[in-house]
Amino acid sequence: MSDPVSALKNISDDTGLVTISEIGPIGMITLRGDLSDKALVKAAVAAGGVNLPEQGHCNTQGTQGIAWMSPDELLIICAYADVQDRLADLREKLAGSHALVVNVSDARAVFDIKGDHAREVIAKLAPVDMHPDQFSGTMFRRTRFAQVPAAYWMPDGTSARIVCFRSVAQYMFDLLKTAAMPGSEVRHYA
Amino acid sequence: MLTIHCPNCGVTAEETEFHAHGEAHLKRFGPGSSEDEFEGYLFMRKNPKGVHFERWRHQYGCGKWFHVARCTMTLEVFGSYSAQTVEPPQEIIDAIQDRRPDFAAGPAR
Ligand SMILES: [Zn+2]
Repeated sequence: MSDPVSALKNISDDTGLVTISEIGPIGMITLRGDLSDKALVKAAVAAGGVNLPEQGHCNTQGTQGIAWMSPDELLIICAYADVQDRLADLREKLAGSHALVVNVSDARAVFDIKGDHAREVIAKLAPVDMHPDQFSGTMFRRTRFAQVPAAYWMPDGTSARIVCFRSVAQYMFDLLKTAAMPGSEVRHYA
Repeated sequence: MLTIHCPNCGVTAEETEFHAHGEAHLKRFGPGSSEDEFEGYLFMRKNPKGVHFERWRHQYGCGKWFHVARCTMTLEVFGSYSAQTVEPPQEIIDAIQDRRPDFAAGPAR
């Protein structure tokens, strides 16, 4: 069997304000359907291994989790090796529901940024108020980073995990590197 | 720069996270309609200086559609509301009349 390869082969950079690393591949399943349907929620919770997140949030634990994507969409996150099993399980459980389950693992690229300036790097690229009073905890945000769609959350106060389309992985890496250029500190949140 | 609220996912952001898709509350005229009606549906749009109802989509966010009431002259946004309606709800009309006392709510067209 061929080995899965992430978009940028786990490239990393620590020359700037934050450490940027392309991680993965990570297992990701898009689940669309009626989020008030008990059978669907039960299947999602089993697949994601965490409770259903509230609107605009994500629940994560280790390598797995669930992110709230829209009023009818969840993102199930798991280890890449587990995707096929979770997919099969979800499809079986939701066979009688009006729902869509798709493996999007290979369509995505994931980046981690870590460092005291993580909020600032994001604030330079996305139209989001990154003040600790405004973006905190388990909040999950779908937005744009410069010219491409992206989603992210902050596992802790000084790091963020960013998900984008695989086709724009190089753009995202270059973007983060530029926003984290040494000497470009704004210290807006300091 | 407009600050827009998405009623579907609760996010408030500046307009570049969204995309405007033109006049709201158009009545569709399809097969069986007159040529004038069909032309009006396809091409004729209001172009007001003032209160305007528009369709917007949370392009980079949740991907859902909704409606926005705003002023084309001052760029003031009066509010957003569900896409699943054929006319602005009373609270939006109230918000507009609060700021534009002479605004008369009526049929969209
Ligand atoms: Zn939205």
